[in-house]
Amino acid sequence: MTLDIELQNKIRALSNRKELPDKTPYTSISVNNIGKISRKSGVSCREVEVTSLEAEIIPERYVRNMKSFSPSDQATLLRSRASIVGLGGLGGAVTEILARLGIGTLNLIDGDVFEESNLNRQYLCRESLISTPKADAAAKRVEEINSSVTVIHHLKYLNEDNASGIIENSDVVIDCLDSLSGRFILEKASKKAGYRLVSAAVAGNYGQITTIFPEDPGLRLIYGDADKAPDKGAETSLGALSHTVSLIAALECSEAIKILLKNGSLLRNRLLVVDLADNSFETMQLI
Amino acid sequence: MEEKTHIIIKLFASLTRFTPDSADKYPISSGTSIRAIINRLGISEDKAKLIFINGIKGELDSTLKGGERIGIFPPVGGG
Repeated sequence: MTLDIELQNKIRALSNRKELPDKTPYTSISVNNIGKISRKSGVSCREVEVTSLEAEIIPERYVRNMKSFSPSDQATLLRSRASIVGLGGLGGAVTEILARLGIGTLNLIDGDVFEESNLNRQYLCRESLISTPKADAAAKRVEEINSSVTVIHHLKYLNEDNASGIIENSDVVIDCLDSLSGRFILEKASKKAGYRLVSAAVAGNYGQITTIFPEDPGLRLIYGDADKAPDKGAETSLGALSHTVSLIAALECSEAIKILLKNGSLLRNRLLVVDLADNSFETMQLI
Repeated sequence: MEEKTHIIIKLFASLTRFTPDSADKYPISSGTSIRAIINRLGISEDKAKLIFINGIKGELDSTLKGGERIGIFPPVGGG
């Protein structure tokens, strides 16, 4: 407790009064000063930010979240851990968004390396990174965006044997995989551990997203039984487009945030289907 | 006696190429099953696993009265 007060005093000393564009006053602390306090006090930037938010001092990097997230909400996000499984089109964009939003721990999983055909849509893929691991690029990108986020990264594909260990301690699991078999493995491990899963898939102009709690029937409502489902779907003939992938990744993040903050309406037992060819967005009842 | 009626059909992702010209007013006889419709459209049954009737999940053997909106989806797994 004394430590908290000492830390708060250091934060207060380096904070300053500011105003939002609509003149709402707030007390701000800069990225640089959070870094300074972290180094001097030997606590992580994330802990400095959480302590700051508890004292209603807003880290300037989150100030544009302020009208949607209370300081307590933002602190909850900083204390949360999200597992992002698959770091291609969906996963790369999800990583970027969640790092900026300030999810405190990102657990990043992909055993793959970048190929040239990833350049059309995968935010983490750059010409200079072809043949290098996606998980390394994701970890580096998060560090560049938000030094308060703790990154754990696995250069591994998820399988039946390692799934439970890799996603351990998740507050939310986000399925950004590209195979149906992988999705079923992830769902099984998430259900077993009692984790909440957001699952999405894309092909061409089309995307779909659902949220699965451990007690929900889940993916079998969409793909049929795991043992009879094909490994790949329509994406083998339609490919994937950057704008579709980005949109669906953003929807996955929206579900993940609502799960973490325990608010809003979720897509449980429902499938949001998006067809950009005719701008149709429809939420279908799965049961 | 089977009554002639219509439905609205929307096909998604790789199935869009099977969309009939009359998708907004597709003629059927009442009591027709989804299976009969997809066979008529030339879609193989294993590519039409996910079916919605008026926004609620249906099955290949679900039958239609007429006036429904149906959506048919192939498996999609891209990420």
